[in-house]
Amino acid sequence: MSEQLLEVNDLHTSFFTDAGEVRAVNGVSFRLDRNKVLGIVGESGSGKSVTAYSIMQILAGTGKIVSGSIKLDGRELVGAGEAVMKGVRGNRISIIFQDPMTSLNPTYTIGHQLMEAILLHTNRNKQQARERAIEMIRLVGINEPEKRMKQYPYEFSGGMRQRIMIAMALACEPDILIADEPTTALDVTIQAQILELMKDLQKELGMAIIMITHDLGVVAQMCDEVIVMYAGSICEQGTADEIFYHSKHEYTKGLLRSIPTAENNGQKLEPITGTPIDLLNMPKGCPFAPRCDHAMKICLRERAKRIQINEDHQAGCWMNERPDSSGEEAS
Amino acid sequence: MSGEKNLLEIRHLKEYFPVNVGFFRTKPLKAVDDVSFTIKKGETLGLVGESGCGKTTVGRTILQLYKPTSGEIIYDGEEVKTKAQLAAFRKKATMVFQDPYSSLNPRMTVQDIIAEPLDVHGLYRTKAERRERVLELMSYVGLNSEHASRYAHEFSGGQRQRIGIARALAVNPEFIVCDEPVSALDVSIQAQVINMFDELQEKLSLTYLFIAHDLLVVRHISDRIAVMYLGKMVELADAEEIYNRPLHPYSKSLLSSVPVPDPQEARSNQRIVLEGDIPSPLNAPSGCPFRTRCPYAQEDCAGSMPEFKEVEKGHFVACHHLDEVSSMKGGLVLRGTMTG
Repeated sequence: MSEQLLEVNDLHTSFFTDAGEVRAVNGVSFRLDRNKVLGIVGESGSGKSVTAYSIMQILAGTGKIVSGSIKLDGRELVGAGEAVMKGVRGNRISIIFQDPMTSLNPTYTIGHQLMEAILLHTNRNKQQARERAIEMIRLVGINEPEKRMKQYPYEFSGGMRQRIMIAMALACEPDILIADEPTTALDVTIQAQILELMKDLQKELGMAIIMITHDLGVVAQMCDEVIVMYAGSICEQGTADEIFYHSKHEYTKGLLRSIPTAENNGQKLEPITGTPIDLLNMPKGCPFAPRCDHAMKICLRERAKRIQINEDHQAGCWMNERPDSSGEEAS
Repeated sequence: MSGEKNLLEIRHLKEYFPVNVGFFRTKPLKAVDDVSFTIKKGETLGLVGESGCGKTTVGRTILQLYKPTSGEIIYDGEEVKTKAQLAAFRKKATMVFQDPYSSLNPRMTVQDIIAEPLDVHGLYRTKAERRERVLELMSYVGLNSEHASRYAHEFSGGQRQRIGIARALAVNPEFIVCDEPVSALDVSIQAQVINMFDELQEKLSLTYLFIAHDLLVVRHISDRIAVMYLGKMVELADAEEIYNRPLHPYSKSLLSSVPVPDPQEARSNQRIVLEGDIPSPLNAPSGCPFRTRCPYAQEDCAGSMPEFKEVEKGHFVACHHLDEVSSMKGGLVLRGTMTG
């Protein structure tokens, strides 16, 4: 049933800065199947966006994939060269960015920018590209597409610009859509519209989505599977239900405890103590150990391997390897 | 926790900004349009709404960072009007800003940032006294004394927000306007700062106006919540009441739009997805501002702004068709294309 599209294996991406090597992504592995929505959650600096940029190979100047493999339909993309990547970007994998205000060029019309993407990636001629652009604007739920084609980005609201970005990303029918915090800059009622739209389009077009976000609410609503990242590594990975209800990593548990919900209303929140990690000075053991309430000696020495908790769930935490951790864990 | 006494009373507050719409022609942008509410001593009033609804302007206008176009601000039974009254008011009412990166002067050390209100109001006699007070404030917000001579850029977002809070506490205020104080912070840090607001409120018997767009955060911290839309207040009630039984159609859809961090609930939730965008406050619709997106809108909604009235004890709402709205249960999912 599930057809594997993308496989990422032991990916390491670093930025080589004057201050030293910043290991933004540190051994990330996952697979993505057709028709699935995979969520990558984490806080700022966790490496979730850099993972996406590594897949697209659109890293900033100092960034480099150090090692690892990224396979699309079994074909290796790391080291495949720019020519191959040009065929992948836009055609097979598309990306939409967080900020719809800055992702569009203010000096060209919406139509021009949509057609540019279509002309670049397909064999359509200008007339066909125009028709396709109009069709896409209609698809993302904007009225009067012909009129909209001639307008400039400033004439659009934030939510509408994000719709245009989605239209552009989907114009060439990619197999994978990477959405990097697509609704963070939007208001809640507009966020609800965009998330509904993405879900509908995903079903209609049968693509896979990688949803990058810091908002656990968005993850709960959108994703089939979830990856939780901290300091460039995957802490935990599994189906949404497994991650939310049977979390097996102290960071995920802390994250879930620290959000206000109906249950902890009126009580004190239980925050994760300490401050986020400095990627230039990574500790030797588990990166979360300095902030973890349950850190043991071994956590500071050595990183726990990711183990299979069950069929749908993997986690890398020493707590799971204690002999008494088999039953319900007291948090 | 909250006493019965009103600490702050806002009556018919209006804040219009002139916007140029041509040569020598301006048009008023009605950022806040006839808003009235009270805040009791010791309580937290949450103020929510989407961008452009005027929630930040309300906060700033109360502290008279903007001069109100009209309306009364009554603090502790006395209207804040004259210069002397304003100076005294600002010793009791302070503000914490949203962005911990741009609200701290990069050229000042932490102790000078925190002591600035003390300097302005002349609240110490000796240097030693100033230093002592700064260290006391820093300990309130969980900063070490060794941080005092560092600069803001040496701190993370959460720590910077602590500095901003220490500065707001410097004058020993009774009332603090918190303008999106946690929205720039990561989830794990956000919870630390929210707890700190709670603890400080208890310790220093503070009253908060807590402005935010994150409805889960607002629910957690607030005793009562007010919802704004396009410069108008549309609903005000106890926090639990508004979450469990919102009456205004906008509050209903706003609350149902919040993604709940619970996959099973998310799957079963019936959400009311609103059509369209928020109109520009420059061209606000006539009558009820929400009518262009409201699933229950009827002809008379265009005619007049519904009165903001108390429909049940402590539950205020502004809607012409409350009966019809409440008789229709949730589960009405509206989807559609956008116009305009």
